[in-house]
Amino acid sequence: MSRKMVTIDGNEAAAYIAHKTNEVIAIYPITPSSPMGEQSDTWSALGQKNIWGTVPSVIEMQSEGGAAGAVHGALQTGALTTTFTASQGLLLMIPNMYKIAGELTATVFHVSARTIATHALSIFGDHSDVMATRATGWAMLASNSVQEVMDFALISQAATLQSRIPFLHFFDGFRTSHEVMKIEQLTMDDIKAMIDDELVFAHRKRGLNPNNPVLRGTAQNPDTFFQSREACNPFYEVLPGIVQETMDKFGKLTGRQYHLFDYEGHPEAERVIILMGSGAETVDETVKHMVSQGEKIGILKVRLYRPFSIEHFLNALPTSVKKIAVLDRTKEPGAIGEPLYQDIVTAFAEGTQEGSAPIVIGGRYGLSSKEFTPGMVKGVYDELLKDMPKNHFTIGIVDDVSHTSLDYDPVYTTTGENIFRGMFFGLGADGTVGANKNSIKIIGEETDNFAQGYFVYDSKKSGSMTISHLRFGNENIQSTYLIRHSNFVACHNFEFLKTVDILKYVVPGGTFLLNSPYSDEEVWEHLPRNVQKQILDKKVNIYNINALKVSLETGMGKRINTIMQTCFFAISGILPRDEAIAKIKYAIDKTYGKKGEEIVKKNYNAVDQTLANLNKVEHPNTVTGTEVSASLIPDHAPTFIKNVTSVMIAGLGDDLPVSAMPIDGTWPTDTTQWEKRNISTEIPVWNADICIQCNKCAFVCPHGVIRPKVYEEELLVNAPETFKSMKPKGREWESSEVYSLQVAPEDCTGCELCVEVCPVKDKTNVSRKALNMEFQPPLREAEKANWEFFLNLPEAKRDRVKQNTVKGSQILEPMFEFSGACSGCGETPYVKLASQLFGDRMLVANATGCSSIYGGNLPTTPWTKNLDGRGPSWSNSLFEDNAEFGLGFRLTVDKHREHALELAQGMQDEIGTELFDAIRDADQSDEPGIYEQRQRVDAMNAILEKSKKREAKQLLTISDNLTKKSVWIMGGDGWAYDIGFGGLDHVFASGKDVNILVLDTEVYSNTGGQASKATPIGAVAKFASSGKETGKKDLGMIAMSYSNVYVAKVAMGANDAQTVKAFMEAEAYPGVSIIIAYSQCIAHGINMTKGMDQHKLAVDSGHWPLFRYNPLSQEQGKNPLSLDSKAPTIHIKDYIYRENRFKMLTKTMPERAQMLLEKADRQAKEQYDYYQKLAKLEPVVTEN
Amino acid sequence: MKLSTKYMGMDLKNPLIVSASPLSRNIDTVKKLEDAGAPAVVMYSLFEEEIYHEDGELDHYLSHGSDSFAESLSYFPDHHDFSAGPDEYLNQIRQLKEAVDIPIIASLNGVSEGGWIEKAKMMEDAGADALELNVYHLPTDINESGTHVKQVHLDILSCVKEKVNIPVAVKLGHYFSALPAFARRMEEAGADALVMFNRFYQPDIDLKKLEVKSALHLSTSDEVLLPLRWIAVLCGQVDMSLAATSGVHTAEDVLKLTMAGADVTMMASALLKFGPEHITKILKDIETWMDENEYESLTQMRGSMSMKNVPDPGSFMRANYIKMLQDYQVTV
Repeated sequence: MSRKMVTIDGNEAAAYIAHKTNEVIAIYPITPSSPMGEQSDTWSALGQKNIWGTVPSVIEMQSEGGAAGAVHGALQTGALTTTFTASQGLLLMIPNMYKIAGELTATVFHVSARTIATHALSIFGDHSDVMATRATGWAMLASNSVQEVMDFALISQAATLQSRIPFLHFFDGFRTSHEVMKIEQLTMDDIKAMIDDELVFAHRKRGLNPNNPVLRGTAQNPDTFFQSREACNPFYEVLPGIVQETMDKFGKLTGRQYHLFDYEGHPEAERVIILMGSGAETVDETVKHMVSQGEKIGILKVRLYRPFSIEHFLNALPTSVKKIAVLDRTKEPGAIGEPLYQDIVTAFAEGTQEGSAPIVIGGRYGLSSKEFTPGMVKGVYDELLKDMPKNHFTIGIVDDVSHTSLDYDPVYTTTGENIFRGMFFGLGADGTVGANKNSIKIIGEETDNFAQGYFVYDSKKSGSMTISHLRFGNENIQSTYLIRHSNFVACHNFEFLKTVDILKYVVPGGTFLLNSPYSDEEVWEHLPRNVQKQILDKKVNIYNINALKVSLETGMGKRINTIMQTCFFAISGILPRDEAIAKIKYAIDKTYGKKGEEIVKKNYNAVDQTLANLNKVEHPNTVTGTEVSASLIPDHAPTFIKNVTSVMIAGLGDDLPVSAMPIDGTWPTDTTQWEKRNISTEIPVWNADICIQCNKCAFVCPHGVIRPKVYEEELLVNAPETFKSMKPKGREWESSEVYSLQVAPEDCTGCELCVEVCPVKDKTNVSRKALNMEFQPPLREAEKANWEFFLNLPEAKRDRVKQNTVKGSQILEPMFEFSGACSGCGETPYVKLASQLFGDRMLVANATGCSSIYGGNLPTTPWTKNLDGRGPSWSNSLFEDNAEFGLGFRLTVDKHREHALELAQGMQDEIGTELFDAIRDADQSDEPGIYEQRQRVDAMNAILEKSKKREAKQLLTISDNLTKKSVWIMGGDGWAYDIGFGGLDHVFASGKDVNILVLDTEVYSNTGGQASKATPIGAVAKFASSGKETGKKDLGMIAMSYSNVYVAKVAMGANDAQTVKAFMEAEAYPGVSIIIAYSQCIAHGINMTKGMDQHKLAVDSGHWPLFRYNPLSQEQGKNPLSLDSKAPTIHIKDYIYRENRFKMLTKTMPERAQMLLEKADRQAKEQYDYYQKLAKLEPVVTEN
Repeated sequence: MKLSTKYMGMDLKNPLIVSASPLSRNIDTVKKLEDAGAPAVVMYSLFEEEIYHEDGELDHYLSHGSDSFAESLSYFPDHHDFSAGPDEYLNQIRQLKEAVDIPIIASLNGVSEGGWIEKAKMMEDAGADALELNVYHLPTDINESGTHVKQVHLDILSCVKEKVNIPVAVKLGHYFSALPAFARRMEEAGADALVMFNRFYQPDIDLKKLEVKSALHLSTSDEVLLPLRWIAVLCGQVDMSLAATSGVHTAEDVLKLTMAGADVTMMASALLKFGPEHITKILKDIETWMDENEYESLTQMRGSMSMKNVPDPGSFMRANYIKMLQDYQVTV
């Protein structure tokens, strides 16, 4: 039987089998498992059938809890059903998992194992999630490689049907789920051969059916529950045997024979490592290498972790073993040891005679995808050589606190010369990763070589660096760790040479490909000194191409992917040059063919032109370049920034020891200022001569990089030469004051929203605005000095500013700056606005999603402090609980305020009745009121400090709550409309004084564009690939139905004044307030510089009616609803067809697009009409 | 029979062709046009920019921001075959050909000798009965000569003619010096018809926003006089078909243009304004007029008032201008 070799990642391998062996798939997106659900959805949308000839139904649910419920229901009614998840998602499924196992129901959940959030969230891989399900009664099967993922997906599916025990099939998140590998694809015949239809019929027959009624899910009592629980035992007893038989059957079919425990290594090994997951591949590779050097060592790979078969385990181990290290990729604080270690110890205790068991030590490795290398593996084997090896160790970090860590040789390698290793440093979105995936496919599928690709991404969403790690060779590749010694290194962005030591990865005599803006003759002199030195020392061959020039000349715009890919094939020698070029062109056909012939031609042309422009650089043998400073952190930075953050910024966080880390996940705010990224080649430049000081530029700036200030003119004495100022406009300012608008040149992402929104045009040349984009490099140094000077100018006093205006709000200091959000992000301007208006007394509960990533992803975070040290205090709990989390903040503030007043009342004698009354009755509805209250509380605190009373000490710890605090609950539409809606609804009903900001991008942005209930009709999204059938849920209307919730719908690009008004009213409202904010997003497929135009069109078309619903108006006898936008003035197509999310449907399903368009237009108009009628209703007057 | 005409070798039941406009985007509308009496339809244009930019745009926005951040490696589902660039247009040709019996004339609009010209062949393969080439070129470069502008037209025409066997009409702008000579050269290069004239949309200035705005203004009958003159001038001097477009709104317009020498008269604005049934009305009005004035056929009148046939050819020349000025002075 001939099987196809495919180059796919672990997620695709699992989804491939799952889709072919199930009828119902219920999922919810979560990194890193989302692609499995997306691919299943794709295949079903394309009509691909399972082995029984029907297309599986795929449904996206509102949460993993919901997905598990739907899965449970589908299973209970007899459908073959599966799901995919990870991390918190798996935790949300646990209650149903107990049920499914308790009911002996056959199913497989495919899990890309990911870290569970503890002191911090991590999207990366370890076993903390799967280990949390150990007690559910599920069988657990671990895959270590992409091939195993496909194989074990099928083995678990076959075994679950036979055993009736549900299976959790897991593999390492990212390292396996996202690693692209060349593997042998199982055929439909293979799958059919493994799945016994009779077992499928039996599964169906057990389903609930009114034709054969039964009852499941009873409530049992002490009399029978226990016995019932024990009734399942025989099923677990036979399961290991069933799995082994299934593996044997699979082995006969495919030639790949697996065992419950697979031993590899020396037949008389004395030292053995036991583990499961991708790390086992690295251990295996290291064992082969060390055994070849005469070491008596081995590895035992645990496949079936639950049920744990002591018999199979002991039989698999050589009897010669004296010492064992058990490696767990998880941490259980307080436990005797980690789970696998405990199991192994117990297995020896139960399965061997006393005294005959080897020495067993346990250790932790690889948490959150921490690298696990051959050096570390050797470190563990070396430890086992010791008489008293360290138990409960860690490997891969430096633990200078509890001293758990083992030493290892970081430069130890195992990979021989026959594996080609290539590293590619690209700029996010320049196509480097895509091109490399393409190269792997070419090499993997068109040659006999084995191929592996793994991709490392940045923590920032804009201007980020990607590193592709590619391995090719004629033997199976087991290196599940990053490349550190590379034959070929490509730098796709010249600027990286100044910040990253790229050349350190090249082996002597290796090849370095550089994309530079310079000619072959010029390039050498522009290389930093360190780069030149390493090129000479290691005798590196350097090739140069000006890829941007080639891409612009061949009509490719700024996408250099095809060009750099061609360079790689042309000089790497992986394939004969002509053959490689032919294959690239073939790949271009496959990739772009469906997107249009002209793109194919352009790419072809780019390939040809690349070859004509790529040259080996002849260079002198002397180092002439300039030094590039290693650290850009200034001396006046806080110690923590210099010692810790700077190391992380430099990409050396792996070197930080445990002692450097905060113990409980508490990090300082105000840190993005230290990470100067210089990601934009253009920045806005202010023309003071025509500026009208509207401050709209600052208002829309997503990154807080353009700011106005008003200050005393005399302060300009020491101003840098190019610092600009003008007389301020507005009666609130004095004649002695001046106005400046300043840009942070190194923090700007170049989104151009400020230039777009600038309403002023030069009367003599309308293309010149008050802000214009200009090339950054020549401006950088001068503007850096200007920015420094600007920052040191005093902020205007908050009570002098008209906060309820766009202009005034922007004079306030932003306390949210330089986030890692996408360039042109539509969410962050709202977040920044809230921080300006309320930042110095703000508590923020942030739902997981984009806003928690750009708000809290290390190394640096954007929430800041003012000169007084006050600023937003921020936290992220989970995705699903954010409303409740924020409500908890409020409960604390209210309780502490109440208690503070109680205590203060009891101490009136000391505090003074007058001061106490003033504090208790303070009007804090505006800035002056808050300022005065702060003074009063300070005065009271000063008195309390002197007091010896116990109550005084008590009161001092909570007296800050007497000054108004502003509780904000922020998150995206995925949280508010879907997973967190239940909690949100409960908070609506609570009546507590919290402010909810929904940053509505109408799609799950952070996880890559899945449809949410906020997705509008007709929009294409993942899980709505035919355009969403139903309309957007009207969250505002739901909130209004409570009648005591303040509700506003805003779109700052359509009506900025209404936005500010809504924020002010929402915060002032003494109950629940919700603001639903239109947020343009990269997932809309728009020109992000025109983001604000889309706000306007959304409103003008009726899609996004602006309104404010203020219950206080009702108390004043007015209609609480103010409709702030006019009836639709444009057809909805004039809004939506400027966005790819809608437009692409016209290219795929034009008739359906037309049908949905008409429906959308009708709905928009009807919605507006409904709001209009509500807004015109006479207020209800209730007679007492 | 008396309204029939021949256009680029095609026998048409009357000269009221529907000119390139959004009307042909909707198949039902085209059916209605056929029912109303339209003898042929020129489709909306496939723009060179559409071919180059739309595909590029689609690709750009599908991949924009992808492979940058570990959690969101893409933003759109990617499993559909896109009807990119010309696909949609070619499908429309096929569907129109299935839906109606009248000839479908595809329209290709562009200014360069790029790959877009190859789409002509695809249009032919998709079933187009003829092609209208719209070289929408506005020379704004101070260094570009009139000779070059004309050469661009001729080169594009030659390229297209090399690729297709169906008749090719060239739709012209009216900013040409020595138009008759240029018409002759077009004919020599293979043009089967000249369509006069393209209506260049005129940019306007928005005083409030200080922006250039472009608005589509429908034509009026007044505009018919420009093609009328040049058709009258060319009639008899060239053998290729002559089509009048711009300002054809009424039976009178059609009659005048036919007398000037137009083989067909194309309409869009009037149909956009009054709907497909407007064709029926005009045809009826033409017949009435012909009956009242005892004309047997349009052929009879075609070119009867061309420059060649009028007693005073000067009416179409400079003399007409002088006469007008004199008359004007007299009236004043």
